[in-house]
Order: sequence, then structure tokens, then C-alpha cells
Amino acid sequence: MLTTEIIYGLTGVGLFAIGLRGAVSHASALARILAINVCGAGVFLVFVSSAYRTLGEAADPVPHALVLTGIVVAVSATALALALGRRLKGADDA
Amino acid sequence: MNALLWIVLDLLLAGLLLGLAWAAVMTRDLKRGVVLFIAFGLLLAVAWARLRAPDLALAEAAIGAGIAGALLLAALRDEPPIEERALGSHAIRDRRLLDIGIVALAGVVGWALLDALTYGEGGQLAAAVREQLALSGVSHPVTAVLLNFRAYDTLLELAVILTAVLGVLALGPARASYRHAGSVLRSLIRGLVPVLMVTAGYLLWVGAHAPGGAFQAGATLAAVGVLLRLGGDDRAGLPATRALRWLLVAGVGVFVLVGLLVTVAGLAVLQYPKDWAGALILLIETAATLSIAAALALAYLGGRPVGWDPSPAAHASLKQKVSDRC
Repeated sequence: MLTTEIIYGLTGVGLFAIGLRGAVSHASALARILAINVCGAGVFLVFVSSAYRTLGEAADPVPHALVLTGIVVAVSATALALALGRRLKGADDA
Repeated sequence: MNALLWIVLDLLLAGLLLGLAWAAVMTRDLKRGVVLFIAFGLLLAVAWARLRAPDLALAEAAIGAGIAGALLLAALRDEPPIEERALGSHAIRDRRLLDIGIVALAGVVGWALLDALTYGEGGQLAAAVREQLALSGVSHPVTAVLLNFRAYDTLLELAVILTAVLGVLALGPARASYRHAGSVLRSLIRGLVPVLMVTAGYLLWVGAHAPGGAFQAGATLAAVGVLLRLGGDDRAGLPATRALRWLLVAGVGVFVLVGLLVTVAGLAVLQYPKDWAGALILLIETAATLSIAAALALAYLGGRPVGWDPSPAAHASLKQKVSDRC
């Protein structure tokens, strides 16, 4: 039976695979960072689709809160990774 | 609406997400990849809304698509033009083996997920949150989990943001500034900045009883910084260095302070007294909003803003003072 949480859960697995493929096969740091972000989005999607079906009408708020912090941590990690990449490039040029 | 139509819509959205992600990751043109990634983030926000997670939809639109997209676009400036990039963009030689491995991994994970999703009732945690919600000081369950039931997680997460921004600050000066905005962008900025600031305040306040809260508000406020930076402001609207340092640590600082102060009243660390819970949560969230906004705006600058490092003269006098003392 195809239900909403199964559709989005499997999409999350697919996104994780696409991101992983990009993260290990690209040579450019920026492309890798982008791919890891896609990977992270897939993990979040898997987690939240598991929260979709609960007893009542409302979804489970605990995974939502964890993914919310996850999104913010992901963007800070991205910022740090981009700054590291820029510093490395500066070291290459010098 | 009937169930079949929803399934068709879900499948359409899922297909678009996968297609955009594939195109964004596999393209050799980085600029194209970043723009596709931003579009992907916006569609993901729709998927969150569909999964009954409006908090995540707001956060994804503001942070995942907005701020992360702005960070990646800014980083594109450091990349060489396409024709100068090494042509063999693949670092791994045997790609077929890699593809088989990844497909196998996805198959196993997908199978485990299907098994997990169809197993049992689940939702015990959701029921526990619903039972205790009245004690939390707020009426929105996600905010109750973030700032009360699992406050430790959120405190540590603010510490992660602070650590990341310290790393960015340590790695070098900010990128060169943009040229000053033309009149069209300038009037757009003039109109948007107040609207964004009011929206951030609203999101912060409304988090107590509806989707919203410190993260969405902080990201919206950081968007003000991004706009100002695009308009030619070197410091992205951030305050002077001393005030900026306080802003960056305010989130973690106020959180820890509140968490420890309640122990004076004989409660556990981060266990708020029931009558004060709502006010304390708002206090912590306000500090967190300011810290997150400052951290994300600094991240967009990409390093130490102008005026962060002491001027050569001040640096020399500081050195003199230290050597006098030794």
C-alpha cells in the first residue's frame, strides 16, 4: 500500500543515495558540500516521514524538533566547510 | 480531497525532488548546481508542509533554501570560471563499483525503512508530549520539546553554531565587499528590511503557540544582514565588534544562566518553575534569535568583518603592554 509516509521516506533514501554519490565522486569542494547537504535533506526526510503517522491527527513533534535543530546545524557546518574550502584554496594559490 | 489525488500529488512532488537533487548534484556547472539546489530547498519546504511539519517548512524556506543558498552563491565567487576547472571532475576511477555499492546501500536502507514504517503503532513519545504539554509553559508542542522537554539538545545545538562561527572567524577575513547597490536594489532593500524585521519578531513571539520560534526568526533576521551586504554594507548590518561578541554568545550564555539559576530554587538544571516557564522560554528564545541571526550573517560574510582585528597601532600598543609586564 502506497501511503504518504512511504512515498516521502523512500524519496529520502533516494536523496541520500544521490547526495552520497555526488559527495564521493566530485573533485570540487563546493560540489561536495552541496552534495552533502542533499544527503542531509534525505536523512531529515526519512526521519520526519516516520513522525507522520501517529495515533491522532497531529504528527509526532519530537522528530520535528530534532530535525529543526538539524537544519540549523547543517547550515552552520556548511558555513564552516565553505570557509575551510576558501582557506585551502588561498593556501593553494599562495 | 480524495485519497488517490493526494497520492498522485505526493508522487509528483517526490519525483520533482529526486530530479532536482540529481540535476543539482550531477551537473558540472557549479552555478547551475547551486541554483537548482535552492529550487530543491523550496520544494522540500512544500514536502515538509505535506508531512504536517509546518515548523520545518518555515525553517527550510528560510535556512535550507535561503541562507544555505546565499552561502553557496557567495562561495561561487571564489571558484575559477568553468573552462579553467580540471575536466575530469570525478575523483574516483572505478565508478561502476561505486554505483553498485550505493544502490545496494539504498536498497537495504529502503527495505529497513519500509519495515519500520509498517511495524506497530508508534507515537508513544507524541502521546507523552501531549500529556505534559500543559506543564511546559507554551502550547505549541514543537516549541515545548525544543525549549523545555529536550532543552539540552537545543542548548548543545546553540553551542555547535557558536563553535562553527568561531571556526569561520578563525579562518580569515571576510570576502571583499560588493559594490554599492543601484537605485532599484536600494529601494527594494529599504522596503524589505523593516518587513523582515517585523516578521522575525512575529515568528519569535508566535512560536509559543503556533509554528515559528527562535530558529525561523533568527534566519529571517539574518536575511536582513544578507540583503544589507548585497547592498554594499561591509559589515552586513552587524554591530561594532564588542557588541557583536556579546551577541554571538548571548544564546548559549542566557540559556546556561537560566539553566543554572533554577537550581538555586532547588530544581534540576534546566527544569523551569511552572509559573515562570513561558517567560523564561521567551527570554531564552529572544537571546537565541539574536545569536543565530548574528552567526548566520557572519557566516555569510565568510570571515572576520572589517574592524574585527585591532588596528596595527592598537595591536602594537597591546604588544608593548604585554612585553612591559613580562
